[in-house]
Amino acid sequence: MALAEAINRGARRLPTAAIYAAGMVPLAWLVWAAATGGLGIDPVKEMEHRLGLWGLQLLILGLCVTPLRRYAGVNLIRFRRAVGLVAFAYILLHFLVWLVLDMGLLWQQALADIAKRPYVTVGMLGLVALMPLALTSNDWSVRRLGAAAWRRLHRLTYLAALAGGVHYLWLVKAWPVEPFLYLGAILALLALRLPARRAATAR
Amino acid sequence: MPYRPAPRPTWADVTPRAAWLSRRALLAGAAGAALAGPAAAKLAAQPSRYSTDAEPNTWDEITGYNNFYEFGTDKSDPRRYADALTTDPWAVKIDGMVDRPGTYDLSDLTKGVTLEERIYRFRCVEAWGMVIPWIGVELATLLNRVGVRPGAKYVAFETLYRPEEMRGQQRPILDWPYREGLRLDEAMHPLTILATGLYGEEMPNQNGAPIRLVVPWKYGFKSIKSIVRISLTDSQPPTTWNMMQPREYGFYSNVNPEVDHPRWSQATERRIGAGVFGGREPTLMFNGYAEQVAGLYAGMDLAKFY
Repeated sequence: MALAEAINRGARRLPTAAIYAAGMVPLAWLVWAAATGGLGIDPVKEMEHRLGLWGLQLLILGLCVTPLRRYAGVNLIRFRRAVGLVAFAYILLHFLVWLVLDMGLLWQQALADIAKRPYVTVGMLGLVALMPLALTSNDWSVRRLGAAAWRRLHRLTYLAALAGGVHYLWLVKAWPVEPFLYLGAILALLALRLPARRAATAR
Repeated sequence: MPYRPAPRPTWADVTPRAAWLSRRALLAGAAGAALAGPAAAKLAAQPSRYSTDAEPNTWDEITGYNNFYEFGTDKSDPRRYADALTTDPWAVKIDGMVDRPGTYDLSDLTKGVTLEERIYRFRCVEAWGMVIPWIGVELATLLNRVGVRPGAKYVAFETLYRPEEMRGQQRPILDWPYREGLRLDEAMHPLTILATGLYGEEMPNQNGAPIRLVVPWKYGFKSIKSIVRISLTDSQPPTTWNMMQPREYGFYSNVNPEVDHPRWSQATERRIGAGVFGGREPTLMFNGYAEQVAGLYAGMDLAKFY
């Protein structure tokens, strides 16, 4: 576990602000690329897809924190809030790009799509599930809710990640590999939590 | 408009004087191109009354944003990987219910035809659209050359299967080879063309070189690329996307803002090239070609035959 120790030592020296700063780098690049025509022939879809994918990747990263601690002794729990909030920011932007640039603010069509199109519905569900989590991602809320209730509430992350993975798989045409890999990773990370949960209830 | 068998043309009929002249123009154009540089067009084509007035998309947009899963599922994959495809020599097998079946060399098949420029709207099932200046010949012209037999009701098409040059075919993303089909009256409609070029150039590989179908009132996936086989049949042929997801991709797949794809609305579309704030525009019935083609579907329930 020398490697884990080394990572833990390094992590202790890293301020959480570094995560927020690093998290904004892709966004800054995206804005710059969009402004300079660097996003290819369909910049709207490119932005939409990249923001969604980054959001999903960050959600998955957040889900890695607990198993890493439990099975590898790597403690990154200090950074989880930042990872989660940056993930939320990207997913919210993903939604806004869809609504404003892709749908062109056609409210009726957008609402109809949310209600009628299963992949949009599932995606929306994921975003809605993240909202209370983003709102309570501060020390005051943890104290206010109490640690146990706060932790229970934040299990909504599982739902959000699953919704994101299904959303991705459901929207593609044909059967490309990537959405299966993402959904598979999410399912595996959730499955890793099952033994602990079972042990906890047995106790 | 019911399908009426066209009168059998002789070879003299289909190689009119204008065609010979246009071929000379083509040679002259090629000579001119050598002098004038790459700006001059290589393929000479007559203008057509079927062309739209809309401003065509740029060469870069048309050749850099393609759904051609034979080269990968990303829209930038075809431009990146289609170079590997060799299109010369190219043979097209024409079989089934035709008078003169056979495997035709592409140059023989199009010998003497007058190429036309057809500037068409192009609407993808994914709810985006372009305007493309195709160059080609009416499919009816070629079908009349080989002679459609009276019992034929459908035309089936097949794309080349050559995984060593088409890297996307190395994975079973779709049930290769790609297949498409039309009802015979749709195939014989003057808007339906076999395209061999665009913007005055030979067809780029990523757009379906050397010869592809263009049916402007149907979703883009009906316009099959890199065709190696055309079969006349009396029963509706199986088609690739329909085989994969029959609820999502019908045999007809006419552009229709009122019949949604199960996973997204078809009421509006984004125009490629409109920019980040381009928004959406309403999708037109039959992609704006209702006046010419609505009669083909008179009395049909288009929600049922989507």
